[in-house]
Amino acid sequence: MNESLAHAKNRISRLAFFHIDTPLLLGLLALISYGLIILYSASGQSESMVEGQIIRLGIALAVMIGFAQINPQTIRRWSLPLFLFGTVLLVCVLLFGHIGKGAQRWLDLGFMKFQPSEIMKLAVPMAIAWFISSHNLPPRVHHLLIGFLMCLIPTILIAKQPDLGTSILISTAGIFVLFMAGMSWKLIGFVTALLSAFAPILWTFFMHDYQRRRVLTFLNPESDPLGSGYHIIQSKIAIGSGGVEGKGWMQGTQSQLEFLPERHTDFIFSVLSEEFGLIGVLILLVIYLFIIGRGLLIAARAQDNYSKLVAGSFTLTFFVYVFVNIGMVSGLLPVVGVPLPLVSYGGTSMVTMMAAFGIIMSVSTHKRSLAKT
Amino acid sequence: MLKKRIAMQDVAAETRLFNHRAIFAMAFVVLMFSIIIVNMYHLQVTSYQVYQTRSEGNRIKVVPLAPNRGLITDRNGILLADNRPVFSLELVPEQIDDMAATLAELSTLIEITEEQQTHFLKEVRQQRRFNSIAVKEQLNDEEVAIISVNLHRFPGVTVEARLSRHYPFGDLFTHALGYIGRINSSDLSRLEESDQLANYAATRDIGKIGLERYYESELHGTMGFQEVEVNNRGRLIRVLRSVPASSGKNIRLNLDVGLQLTAQQILLEKRGAIVAMDPRDGAVLAFYSNPSYDPNLFVHGISSTNYNALLNSPDRPLINRVTQGIYPPASTIKPHLALLGLETNTISPTTRIWDPGFFQLPGVEHRYRDWKRWGHGWVDVYSAIVESCDTFFYDMGVKLGIDRIFDYMQSMGFGEKSGIDILEESNTNMPSRGWKRARHNQPWYHGDTVAVSIGQGYWTINPLQLLVTTAVLLNNGDQPTPHLAKELSNELGTDIVSTELKTVTPVVNARNWQVIRDAMLQTVNTQKGTAFNAFRGATYTSGGKTGTAQIVSIAQDAKYDANAINERHRDNAMYVGYAPAESPTIVISVTVENVGGGGSTAAPIARQMLDYYFSAGVNTDE
Repeated sequence: MNESLAHAKNRISRLAFFHIDTPLLLGLLALISYGLIILYSASGQSESMVEGQIIRLGIALAVMIGFAQINPQTIRRWSLPLFLFGTVLLVCVLLFGHIGKGAQRWLDLGFMKFQPSEIMKLAVPMAIAWFISSHNLPPRVHHLLIGFLMCLIPTILIAKQPDLGTSILISTAGIFVLFMAGMSWKLIGFVTALLSAFAPILWTFFMHDYQRRRVLTFLNPESDPLGSGYHIIQSKIAIGSGGVEGKGWMQGTQSQLEFLPERHTDFIFSVLSEEFGLIGVLILLVIYLFIIGRGLLIAARAQDNYSKLVAGSFTLTFFVYVFVNIGMVSGLLPVVGVPLPLVSYGGTSMVTMMAAFGIIMSVSTHKRSLAKT
Repeated sequence: MLKKRIAMQDVAAETRLFNHRAIFAMAFVVLMFSIIIVNMYHLQVTSYQVYQTRSEGNRIKVVPLAPNRGLITDRNGILLADNRPVFSLELVPEQIDDMAATLAELSTLIEITEEQQTHFLKEVRQQRRFNSIAVKEQLNDEEVAIISVNLHRFPGVTVEARLSRHYPFGDLFTHALGYIGRINSSDLSRLEESDQLANYAATRDIGKIGLERYYESELHGTMGFQEVEVNNRGRLIRVLRSVPASSGKNIRLNLDVGLQLTAQQILLEKRGAIVAMDPRDGAVLAFYSNPSYDPNLFVHGISSTNYNALLNSPDRPLINRVTQGIYPPASTIKPHLALLGLETNTISPTTRIWDPGFFQLPGVEHRYRDWKRWGHGWVDVYSAIVESCDTFFYDMGVKLGIDRIFDYMQSMGFGEKSGIDILEESNTNMPSRGWKRARHNQPWYHGDTVAVSIGQGYWTINPLQLLVTTAVLLNNGDQPTPHLAKELSNELGTDIVSTELKTVTPVVNARNWQVIRDAMLQTVNTQKGTAFNAFRGATYTSGGKTGTAQIVSIAQDAKYDANAINERHRDNAMYVGYAPAESPTIVISVTVENVGGGGSTAAPIARQMLDYYFSAGVNTDE
């Protein structure tokens, strides 16, 4: 008994040597395992899909461990270059990007294609954190303005692709940095008012027809039961009919008989709700809450402002993913095509997200070495 | 400087500020998660029963309701295309445990062929499991009775009644009406392009050719739908919402059943086309191509045997001779050419030439023969039309030159689509220098003009075009657009098809119209006229022009029966006429393949048609 405890401790310290934050890792592994169980059912018992997901998760975990090894100070130094590099790539995408599914998001490098907006998911909060943390907190108004500007440029570039979902997520990540840095409540109130005033302009000038239709369908899905309202109606039926205990693993009629659209990607939460019920939902939320709580704790304990801001922003962005996805499949938000993080099948964002967790782990585990210097 | 300021930062205050924000953020996250949980509680606990019923009680179905297709009637309201109930045996695969056993047992009750079974099983694989799929269509009364009695033994088996298109007059209106048939992949892509696919969710058939195709969007109507709740055995519990379909528009045609029947009876075994129109507004009164075929064969999917028989028949029944039959116009266009001669002062009403029975181009040996070997003697423009003198037109045509002929004839509508309300209209050819250069890479020769001057050579028309261009002569240069449909109506109102004329051929000297029409009148009413015999004793006055075309068979790639070859090299007989002569209400074009002279064969047919037209009082209601 004693021996095994010592053994376990030994293992934890070994993990710390690899700059791994053990509670966060455990939280993520719990989430991933839970996700794979759901995916097996949601994919219609497709082993090849689960295998593919495991491989992707393996790569993402490797990326996470890789980032965890980098000292936060190094990351901090690279923030601005990465941001500038990403902005240039975004401009390239607009100029000669690859068009797929009606939007111009991909850059073809010859041997591979990738979305520069993925880089910006990390680079925008990093660069703003770099800028803000090079001055005293709370930031002054003109610093905030520059921070907003750094946030606005990539947001507009990505919105033009058009990829409204990602551009909103990225601007949110940037704003979280400013919020965590102590932007005054008055200003927060002012900006909120400004944004709500901006909404009608966004609606008329920047949103595409299909995006407007989604919002309208969200407001009244039953108006179009054969068309785009179908998804959300079916999703709510799946969730609601799950009840408290759920219909059982692989027993969901909505999902197994394919009434549910996109069941293994964006709507995987509905499969979970139908098959595992409210209890299964609560378990998932607890895991997410644990990861978010751990992330914020790491941020609070970080020893320099840059680390605090980056870790805090990444964690809150992760929360936004969770909330937007669950909100959209349960009818609280319009359908915007955000995956349920680390549970939905595929998704280009999985690697980016794990890279963010790698940086959080780096913040968590490089404290002592920083303290020494 | 910068470093100094950072060094001066109040680390404790900053940490406090950040911690406050972190705590606030966590509180916000918890609040948002609470909202999710409250919503989940609402969905999964409070409204559980609602969603449980909608899902477990076996899903909500939105059943699209097909609209009734609009009816088509003749000018007097006689039904030409209606919808009749037909019964089909249908199965819902989801509700059948053992498909093979069910099929085997059903086929002991009524005959289900091997082909029907394989087709059905293929459909089952392609469609959703809760869709009802037909095993056998067009059940007869006895079969309906047998299945109905035994229905309780077969859960998931139903006898469905659907409305199906029916053409009560069979082959009489085929080439005008066309027919409907199953929607195929090219129809689907066309529907998708026009954004109509959703409206066809419950529709199985679509207009394939003819009026059925041209007016498809009007005839089809708007789909309705029913949102139904069914239990897990597939039985309907209740209709949640129902939006009825709205029927397509009914179409009243200008065609007259009596005239059509007359045309069919006259033509019998002959190949040809009869088309008649009111020159004042383009209303098509008769539209018949012989031989025809029964469009009802196509409604439920024609068998390959039947289809091949139609396709390979040497008589080419599938070709709509009125608009797709390509013929040399022969002498029927002499009035049109004479008008051009008068207009350009190439000839005058008093110009006379001597016809020795042939025409020669200056300096060329070759003799272009008149149909009358010994010649017509002295001829002017009247006698040239009345007796259909070729030499007069050879001479005038060469003087006019192809360029002037091309421009003027094209303006009248030769070589152009008529714009009739069906899509099956072939391209005809009004030849020109440019055309010959492009098509044959050869210059235009005088000899070519000589042939064109009597409506032979490269010049081709279809019977409808002859009608439209002759109407231009009757309307002093105004061209009607032929239309089969008169009006389209539904409960909301009636749309009248446009009857506007467009001015296409202005004339310098209005007297010239009268010259041409007088000549056509004399063709019918003077002893020497080529149509005199045909119209002797008619109770109405009429004018017209005969034509006898050296044959180029309508389809040059047709495979001929060895016995039939000779017959098929005989001349085509043509006639275009109008009546009453003073103010025409009908213009008619008759084309009969391989029977000989226009005066002897085609004109008498036109006479019979006009006799019926006047005795029955067609087209006198307005």
